[in-house]
Amino acid sequence: MQNKKISNKIIFISLTFLTFLLYWYGKEIANYFDSKWLVKYPKHYSFPFAIYTTTFVKWLINEAHFWLFTFNDLTRFFAWIIEQPYNIVLAIFSKGILKGQGQDAIQIMEPLSWISVVGIFFTLALYTRDKFLIILVVLSIVYLAVFDQWQSSMITLSSIIIAVPIGVVLGILLGILSYKSKILEKIITPILDLMQTVPVFAYLVPILVMFGFGPVSALIATIIYAMPPMVRTTLLALNNIDPQLKESGLMSGCTERQLMWKVLIPVSKPTLLIGVNQVIMLSLNMVIIASMIGAGGLGYDVLASLRRLDIGGGIESGIAIVVIAIALDRLSQSFANLPTLSKKTQQTFYNKYKKIILLILYIIGIYILGTFFTFFKLFPKELMINTSLFWEELVKYININYFDNLESFKITLLTFFMLPIKKFFLGIPWPWFIFIITIIGWYFGKLKLALLCLLMSIFIVTTGLWEKAMITLYLCGSSVIIASIIGIPLGVWAGLNDRANKILTAFIDTLQTLPSFVYLIPVVMLFRVGDFTAMIAVILYALAPAVRYTAHGVRNINSQIVEAALISGCSQRQLLFKIKLPLALPEILLGINQTIMLALSMLVITALVGTRDLGQEVYIGLTKADIGRGLVAGLCVAFISIIADRIIKAGSNKLKNKYGIK
Amino acid sequence: MNKSPKLVCKNVWKLYGDKPKEFLQLHNNNPDKKTIEASGYIQAIRNASLEVYENEILVIMGLSGSGKSTLVRCMSRLVDPTIGEIFFENIDMGKLTKNELIEIRRHKMGMVFQHFALFPHRTVIENIAFPLEVQGISKKEREKSALEIIELVGLQGRENYFPKELSGGQQQRVGIGRSLAVKPELWFLDEPFSALDPLIRKEMQNEFLKIQNSLKKTIIFITHDFDEAIKLADRIIIMNEGRIVQIGSPEDLIMKPADDYVKEFTEDLPRERLLSVKSIMDNKKVTNNSTTVYEDEKIFSILEKVLSEGSVSVIDRSNNIVGSLNKETVSKFINN
Repeated sequence: MQNKKISNKIIFISLTFLTFLLYWYGKEIANYFDSKWLVKYPKHYSFPFAIYTTTFVKWLINEAHFWLFTFNDLTRFFAWIIEQPYNIVLAIFSKGILKGQGQDAIQIMEPLSWISVVGIFFTLALYTRDKFLIILVVLSIVYLAVFDQWQSSMITLSSIIIAVPIGVVLGILLGILSYKSKILEKIITPILDLMQTVPVFAYLVPILVMFGFGPVSALIATIIYAMPPMVRTTLLALNNIDPQLKESGLMSGCTERQLMWKVLIPVSKPTLLIGVNQVIMLSLNMVIIASMIGAGGLGYDVLASLRRLDIGGGIESGIAIVVIAIALDRLSQSFANLPTLSKKTQQTFYNKYKKIILLILYIIGIYILGTFFTFFKLFPKELMINTSLFWEELVKYININYFDNLESFKITLLTFFMLPIKKFFLGIPWPWFIFIITIIGWYFGKLKLALLCLLMSIFIVTTGLWEKAMITLYLCGSSVIIASIIGIPLGVWAGLNDRANKILTAFIDTLQTLPSFVYLIPVVMLFRVGDFTAMIAVILYALAPAVRYTAHGVRNINSQIVEAALISGCSQRQLLFKIKLPLALPEILLGINQTIMLALSMLVITALVGTRDLGQEVYIGLTKADIGRGLVAGLCVAFISIIADRIIKAGSNKLKNKYGIK
Repeated sequence: MNKSPKLVCKNVWKLYGDKPKEFLQLHNNNPDKKTIEASGYIQAIRNASLEVYENEILVIMGLSGSGKSTLVRCMSRLVDPTIGEIFFENIDMGKLTKNELIEIRRHKMGMVFQHFALFPHRTVIENIAFPLEVQGISKKEREKSALEIIELVGLQGRENYFPKELSGGQQQRVGIGRSLAVKPELWFLDEPFSALDPLIRKEMQNEFLKIQNSLKKTIIFITHDFDEAIKLADRIIIMNEGRIVQIGSPEDLIMKPADDYVKEFTEDLPRERLLSVKSIMDNKKVTNNSTTVYEDEKIFSILEKVLSEGSVSVIDRSNNIVGSLNKETVSKFINN
């Protein structure tokens, strides 16, 4: 045992040393042996995955058929199915019912007025019996009207109202199917991994090609993006049900279907509702991205303002998305935590549906009033508040007065932190890098993980995207390092101090409800475009899990262990460094892992501010509608995050096993 | 006691692992434990044969991992045995189709679980009425039967509570109520009182006996608590490492333990409180003493009589002399 430890150490030190040696002298060695391929993977050996993918998808769309119908018919059919309910919801919230086509259309029925929508959300919030929440939700909706975001907000809301139920139902069904069939579970799990790690941009293109530009494509992309957690949550909930509960259902004489729908699904309801919350948040996260393929609404407003560099407009629409996100998040969370209370009395029909009946009467009343007074139909223009000017002035002020400070901060970090990391990653010869990754895989997960690391990195190198992958690694690495430096101490603080915990949790919860795109807006305004801007945005977006997991790890140490340490005479400082931090390490590692995952997903979005990494490649694929290019680069990003995820999780589990904690 | 068997297990085996049936066949359906473990299989039940008689309480007793839970799950076919046959009322359980099995569970079987296994999203009455609900019985009718059962298990007034609003003892009353909802003939109880506090456990045991006195079910009761087994059982099955070690009445186990394993369980018991005069009297030497004791009296209650008299006659309940008992035998028994 002791011997093994020492030899492991020797191997580790010599490998690190060799790595640096190769980083410094790699080029010279390659030149000496006249083998440049060691440093730079030769172009003519790269395998044209992109071209094949493009050809395949084109074949699918233009030629593939299933005897009775073509692939194209199939996609049109799906699009049609989604389009119908979407049009209805859109009519209710935004367009009203129209008669006729285009310009000549006459509105024969008004959409819901802003007062009615406030009423709907008020009624929903009433069910939670949480006064604070009721106020929050009502204020959020009123905000949308007062700050002139109503039209776009309702379009966005309509797409959420369609995407979420479809995502939830599909997710639950897939979860049930893979719960019932082990084979299906084995097939679905890696697909889910890919769906969650391949950057969204990458599959926007195929969706665009298959379904055309428009809200339906956007909805499909949103559903694909938001569904995986629902499948996972369903599977997890079903697998974690006490086997005795299942047996008691069987012994009560349930058929298989009764067991599923009367026992297993209702028992899993609390967990499933958490999944629903996630689907809602992810759908909102897609709002801006989906507007690239025709979603419209608030997302389109943000994107358009960003392109025009209209800072004020961007901030206004961005805040509106955040407001909707926070309201929907809190609302769905408190539905998930709603306590079940004993019903001590029998309820009459009116009592049971009192709120809904009153709401319908209210909406009808408002509609009638609206025909007499426009106030009940549209929020009056003269009462609206426009803040975009304020934001522009603010940014101008900051840039005029603090430009030098910001700039020197930026340049210092760039020269002394980011560039060395960039050089390091680009300097290591690729065969050595793959070798090291494989060794690490072997150390933490034996043959299986080593093979995974090897094959995935070979894929990246053969696509010819190695350099871009290294730039992705460097951007991700520097962001994660800074996020950890900030996040872990914050997490420790929250773990030790109850008040800090409360404040930080509230802060982080809010940070996590913000759609990723929103982080770009203020950063671009302060630092313009470039790697540094990208890094800051990524740090902001990816900070939360580092704090959350660390706090959780420090907090959840067995109280008897802490007492034993105190009785042994530990000072608070010793307690932290000798007991709490080592025991929290597996959890902290998982936090860093989550930070890496978020960083990678954000990196693709930061391609908009001009990075030269895989994200840019994906983005180019999107703008040129080059399916293969986007997908292959997207796969590379996915593989990087899968490698990182598997290695860190294996490391965390290794530690947990060593300490015997679960 | 009516001695017709309600349920019969014949040579039941349960192995966990890859293709266990083929493995058993390969070894003549009787591999030894070492072979099983060396081949990577886990032996849950090893060649179990037993009969359950009508209206008896059969207690299956064993430590955790002894296979008692698996055995009872084979009997209800929650788990399929690897090989072996199980007959319930002369029906081969292994040959039942899915629907036939569901029918049997809907009308003839009930089961109580260690951790209650109540449905958290249903109230007390909805839990108890659940087995009737899945049969498609109307709401009015099933609630009527459920209310009767709620009275039987003593939960009046709590019909509309949710499980988490009840104490552990009350929760298990719901579990018992639910298992009785279909008026089962075969009643499985899988460590029903293990998760309860000692005082509540005692109360529930007494109540269980009271319910059984009025309902007269055929009961298979699992426990790891030997005191509980002795208190409730007509017969006890002792299991160890998947094997049935001994089947017998509580007295049989104490007087004639099959091996050291059983002996260890019985050693520390207050035997004079559990055994009756019958089990230590001399039935060959029939004396006619003036002092008499009944054969079914527990030993501790006649100690004083025997020790002061030196020798007593043993009579049955119709006052026939059936044997004798003297001071030496008793003191030897006590000091043993």
